[in-house]
Amino acid sequence: MPYRVLIAKPGLDGHDRGAKVIARALRDAGFEVVYTGLRRSVESIVTAAIQEDVQLIGLSLLSGAHLPLTQKLMAKLNEGGVKIPVVVGGTIPEQDIPVLHQLGVRGVFLPNTPLKDVVQAVTAIVEKAQQEEAVR
Amino acid sequence: MNETEDKRRWQETSGATLKPRKTLSGLSVEPLYLPEDHTGTYGEKVGLPGEYPFTRGVYSTMYLERPWTMRQYSGFGTAEDTNARYKRLLAEGQTGLSVAFDLPTQVGLDSDAEEAEVEVGRVGVAVDSLADFEVLFDGIPLDAISTSFTINATAPVILAMYMLVAEKQGVPLRKVSGTTQNDILKEFVARGTWIFPVEPSLRLVTDSVTFSAERLPRFNPISIAGAHFRDAGATAVQEAAFTLSDGIVYVERALQRGMPVDQFAPRLSFYFYTYTDIFEEVAKYRAMRRLWARIMKERFGAQDPRSMMFRFGVVCGGKTLTRQQPLNNVIRVAYEALAAVLGGVQSMFTAAYDEAYAIPTEASAILALRTQQILADETGVANTIDPLAGSYYVEALTDKMEAAIVATMAEVDRLGGMVRCVESGTIQRMIADEAYRSERAIASGEQVVVGVNRYQSREAGELHLHAYDPSILQRQRERLLSVRRHRDGGAVRQCLSDLRAACREPEKPLMPYIVEAVRAYATVGEMTSTMQEVFGTFQEPVVI
Repeated sequence: MPYRVLIAKPGLDGHDRGAKVIARALRDAGFEVVYTGLRRSVESIVTAAIQEDVQLIGLSLLSGAHLPLTQKLMAKLNEGGVKIPVVVGGTIPEQDIPVLHQLGVRGVFLPNTPLKDVVQAVTAIVEKAQQEEAVR
Repeated sequence: MNETEDKRRWQETSGATLKPRKTLSGLSVEPLYLPEDHTGTYGEKVGLPGEYPFTRGVYSTMYLERPWTMRQYSGFGTAEDTNARYKRLLAEGQTGLSVAFDLPTQVGLDSDAEEAEVEVGRVGVAVDSLADFEVLFDGIPLDAISTSFTINATAPVILAMYMLVAEKQGVPLRKVSGTTQNDILKEFVARGTWIFPVEPSLRLVTDSVTFSAERLPRFNPISIAGAHFRDAGATAVQEAAFTLSDGIVYVERALQRGMPVDQFAPRLSFYFYTYTDIFEEVAKYRAMRRLWARIMKERFGAQDPRSMMFRFGVVCGGKTLTRQQPLNNVIRVAYEALAAVLGGVQSMFTAAYDEAYAIPTEASAILALRTQQILADETGVANTIDPLAGSYYVEALTDKMEAAIVATMAEVDRLGGMVRCVESGTIQRMIADEAYRSERAIASGEQVVVGVNRYQSREAGELHLHAYDPSILQRQRERLLSVRRHRDGGAVRQCLSDLRAACREPEKPLMPYIVEAVRAYATVGEMTSTMQEVFGTFQEPVVI
């Protein structure tokens, strides 16, 4: 069974080149990819992730609002007891990476990250989360 | 000397082992160009600057009389924050303003809307009502400075605000000059700040184009933009072709209103990304000038030469900026600026080297401005008009670019035209294909990006980035609250009700209603939601 991932654009940012490139790279690597389209609320992203039964949520953020939006999304997931791992990609200043990790984000991908590195990291994160789930 | 003989001799000796290379967009480049590679007569294809078909430039004297406008895209926080940055940039020698709005303003939300909360004043200045514009342009003489607004779905509202703030300054409307981007078709494809469905969106564009033609003779009500196609992944050829195809739609819509072509076409302007392949960019601009002149003259029967002039601005930077080794971006932007000037640009924004991370700091923004000033005043490239004309390579590449653009435009026509292709997501998919192709070319090393896939090094030093000021939201919401308290609420309700009624009548021009609502201090969000009640919301075709 291929892994399913949700690529999501939260907030008002309309730049989706990165989201689409990553979606295609994951699809070519054998993932099933669901893409939300633009300007999705945190609530609708969480709902989509549950309904589509994905094993990972990838957020694409380029407006600088990555911290508050990610925080909202993580809170929403925790509130519902949802254990889907989250990764974030986009124009993220390096000093914000540890903050995102503290929020529970499993991976942060900056611009110009090689596609194969993203695919490898996402695969590893999904597999680790699956093992954790199995143990539980 | 026999040129054909020469070329054959060179190819058999030196050229025997050389393979043609490619431009960034994939056009084939021969190792050597000779006079025979450029066909057609000089007068018909190149001619004089300021004369049809304008290949050498839209003005007869180009930079010798007036340098290009240096217009750095800028805006953040509240109107006070941005006004201070504008004054600093003008003091440093910038010659025009370019307003970056925050996302809520661009998608028609007020700063007190829940969805707006985390985005207020972040990627640009927050604007809710005319009160913000009064502060934004405080102390800036609008009869002497032109302003460009990167605004699309809410462009009619911003146009009305600019007009009214100029009026408050006592500036006659015939002297107000500037540009609203107002190119909604490309927002459906890239950048994504659409609000209403395609048809009502086009109605608003056409309303503002015809309104401006009647009331603001020096204002460009639209800047038909390829830049965002390009930065979303399009090749230079696609960028040019999709933009010219969009231009044709806007001209057709205005003609359908019964406005003669020569009344509005002289104020149509264009906007593009300039990337690092210098000659490809020069060829792109020369080819587009020639093509647009022909389209306007032959297809639309324009008679005023100004209707045929392809006036354009550019942005340098964007996707060519890298996160790795950020100072390299200074060099990239400088080469791109050179290409734009050799291509005959009218106004330019050179991005700062730290814009792959965040909006620029004051220091990096001023360095980006200096990049243009050094180009204008030290390098001598502006000393003569269209200095690359007659280059065997540049003329041949201009021809090749023109043919490729025409072929792509024909393909769009074959697929049902730009409007249908945008609604169905066809253009979106074509651009995503190219974005992915280019990313894989970088991954394989076929496309070199210094510092990314060649000459990588350990990242040196920390960048001092622009930091978001957390007090922005509160400061902006306070002004909005004060506006709501002090305005005449009854007048606002009446204006919005008139606007709603006008939206329901397809033949009614909407600009006069928007102007009155803005004058009464109705907000961007109030006007947008009023129109949305009638028009609805665009349903995005989600394509990967």
